Amino acid sequence: MLTPLFSSKLLIVLLFGTLFGLILGVLPGLGPTTGGALILPFTMTLDPLSAIVLLTSIYCAGTYGGAITAVLINTPGTPAAAATCLDGYPLAQKGEAGRALGMATVSSTVGGIFSVIILVFFAPLLAKLAYEFGQPEYFALAIFGLTMLSSIGEGSPIKNLIAGAFGILISTIGKDFMTSIDRFTYGINELSVGIGFIPVVVGLFAISEMLTQSTLLDQVFKRVALKAVKLPTKDDYKKTWKTILRSSGIGSFIGVLPAEGGTVASLIGYSEAKRFSKNPEEFGKGSIEGIAGAEAANNAATGGAMVPTLALGIPGSATTAVILTGLIIHGVRPGPDLFREQPDFLYGIFGAMLIANVLFFIFGFFGAKIFARITLVPNKILWPMIFAVSVCGTYSLSQSIIDVWIMLFFGVLGFFMRRFGFSVVPVIIGLILGELVEGTLRQSLVIFDGNWLMFLTRPIALTFFILSLIALAFPLLRSKKQKK
Amino acid sequence: MNNVRNKKRANKSLPFFFKDEFIVSFIIVFISIILLISTFSFDIVPPILNRGIQPATFPKALLILIISLTLIIYYLSIKSPWKIGKKLPKTFFLTLLSFLIFVIISKTLDFFLAISVLSIFVSYNWGERRIFYLLLVSIIFPILVFIFFETILGLRFPPGIITNLYYY
Repeated sequence: MLTPLFSSKLLIVLLFGTLFGLILGVLPGLGPTTGGALILPFTMTLDPLSAIVLLTSIYCAGTYGGAITAVLINTPGTPAAAATCLDGYPLAQKGEAGRALGMATVSSTVGGIFSVIILVFFAPLLAKLAYEFGQPEYFALAIFGLTMLSSIGEGSPIKNLIAGAFGILISTIGKDFMTSIDRFTYGINELSVGIGFIPVVVGLFAISEMLTQSTLLDQVFKRVALKAVKLPTKDDYKKTWKTILRSSGIGSFIGVLPAEGGTVASLIGYSEAKRFSKNPEEFGKGSIEGIAGAEAANNAATGGAMVPTLALGIPGSATTAVILTGLIIHGVRPGPDLFREQPDFLYGIFGAMLIANVLFFIFGFFGAKIFARITLVPNKILWPMIFAVSVCGTYSLSQSIIDVWIMLFFGVLGFFMRRFGFSVVPVIIGLILGELVEGTLRQSLVIFDGNWLMFLTRPIALTFFILSLIALAFPLLRSKKQKK
Repeated sequence: MNNVRNKKRANKSLPFFFKDEFIVSFIIVFISIILLISTFSFDIVPPILNRGIQPATFPKALLILIISLTLIIYYLSIKSPWKIGKKLPKTFFLTLLSFLIFVIISKTLDFFLAISVLSIFVSYNWGERRIFYLLLVSIIFPILVFIFFETILGLRFPPGIITNLYYY
C-alpha cells in the first residue's frame, strides 16, 4: 500500500500537506475545505497522485488541527471540532491543557487510522457493487446523496434542501451537455462554459468567511497557556479506549453516508460517549471521555467520507467534494473503473492518508504549542492576504476575470445565506452532483421510454429512493422529538 | 445571546413585510420566478434529438421545487421566527465597499493595484495602523503572490498600468 509513496517528491508533498492542513485547522474560519479549495489551483503543477495526496493530507491534518484551538481558546478551528470545545476548554481551564490535547491527538490518530482501514476494505467492495449500477441506479443514488443534505448540521432541513437545489441549478448554467442549448447564459459568452467549481467554493467559504470576520472584530479570545502536550496516562486509556473505538466506528459509518461529514460525526460520537459513560455528569465540565468521543469520531469520518467519493464519485463531505473536484480536474474519474484500472493510484491515496495520520500525531504532539501561536496572527493582516491568494488562485484556473467576480458574488451570497441560516455546504454538493443527477435522469428516461414508473421496477434504485424518504423524514422526526 | 433575543423581539413587532423572514423568502421567490420565466425562452429540441426531456424541463422543476420549499419555510417561520445575529457593524459595509472598489479598479486600471488597494483598505478599516504591516499586506505580499503565480505557475495576469511595467 505504501510502495507508491516511496518517492522523495511525494513524501515532501505529504509533509507539506500535513503541516499546511494543521495550520488551516488551527485558524478559526479556515479549515480543510477552504484550504483545499485555495490550494486546488496550485495542484495543477503536480501530477494527479501528488495533487490528491496533498489534498487528502490537508483533509486529515486540518480535521485534527481544529482541536488545538478548541481546547486552548474555546473556538473550534473547524466546525468538526465544535464538540471538542465542550470538554476540551473546561479541562484546559483546570490547568490540564496538555492532557486534553494529548487525548485529542491520540484519539484523532486512532480514529483516522481506523477509518483508513475501513476505506481500504470497504471502498473496493462498494466499487464492485457499483458495477451493478446503471443510469437509473446512479440517479437514485445521487438523489439519496442530495436528500442526506437535509440532515447536515443543526440547521433547518428545508433550508438545506433549498441550498442543495440551488447548487444543482447553478450546474445547469451554460450549454446543456446533451444538446448544447444555452441555459441561463443571457448572451454572456463566458457563461456558456458554465460556472466553475473553484470560484463558487472559494467564494462561499473563503470570501464569505472574510465578511463574517469583519463582523467579529471586537471578539476577544481567552487563551489558556500550554506548557507541553502530555500523552494520556494508563488511567485515561482505561477510561477511554471503549469510547475511542466506538466513536471511530460511528465516525467511519457517518463519513460513508453521502454528504455527511466530521461535524455530524463528532456530535454523534460525543453524545454516544456521554450515553455510555459511567460518569455522564462530568460531560461539559472537562471530561476526558468527551474529548476522546468527539475527536475520534471527526477524524474517523475522513476515511469514511473517502469511501463514496472514490467508489461512486459521490462526495461524503464538503472537503471530499473539493478532493473530488481535484480528481476530476486532473482527469481521474472516480468510480468502479478507477479501482480496476488504477489500483496503484488508489493505494497511493490510502497510504498517504495513513501516513498523514501518523505525521499529524508527531506534529501535534511536539508542535501544538507552536501551532497554537498561529492564532495570534491578527485577522486584519491574515484576511487581506487570504483575499490576495483567493483572487489569484481563482483567476489562475481559466485566466478569466469573470471567475473572480463570480467568486466575489458567491462570497457575498454565502455570507447572507449563513446569516439567515442556510448552510453553504449543500450548494457545493449540489453543484458537484448536478450534472450526474440531470444526466442520469435524462438517460434513464431514454431507457424507460419516458415512463417514470419504471424507476420502481429496479430494486437497487427503489432501495435508494426508500432510503431517500427515510433521510427526509429523519430530521423532521428528530425535531419533533426534541420539541417534546 | 441578548442581541439575538432583542432582534427576535423587535422582529416580532414589525409588520410582516419588514420581517427578515418575509424579505428573504420574497427575494428567493422573486428571483426564482424571473428565472422560471426565462426558462420558457430556452430553445426547444426537435423530438429526434431530445434525450428524455427538454433542456428547460430540469431547471424548471428545480425552480418550482425552490419556490415551494421557500413558501414552506416562510409558513413555518410565522410560528417560529428565525434566529438572526446582531446588526451588521460598519466594518462589514466597508469590507463590502472594498469589494466594489476592487471590481472597479481591476476592470479599469490594474488587477494587482486592485488587490493592493483592497488589502490596505480592509486592513486599515479593521484597525491596523502600523505602517510596516500596512505595507506588508498591500505591497510586499501581493508582489510575492504575483512572482509566485507568474514564475512557478506560469500564469499571465490581465494587462494594467502596473502589470504592464513587468510585462513590457
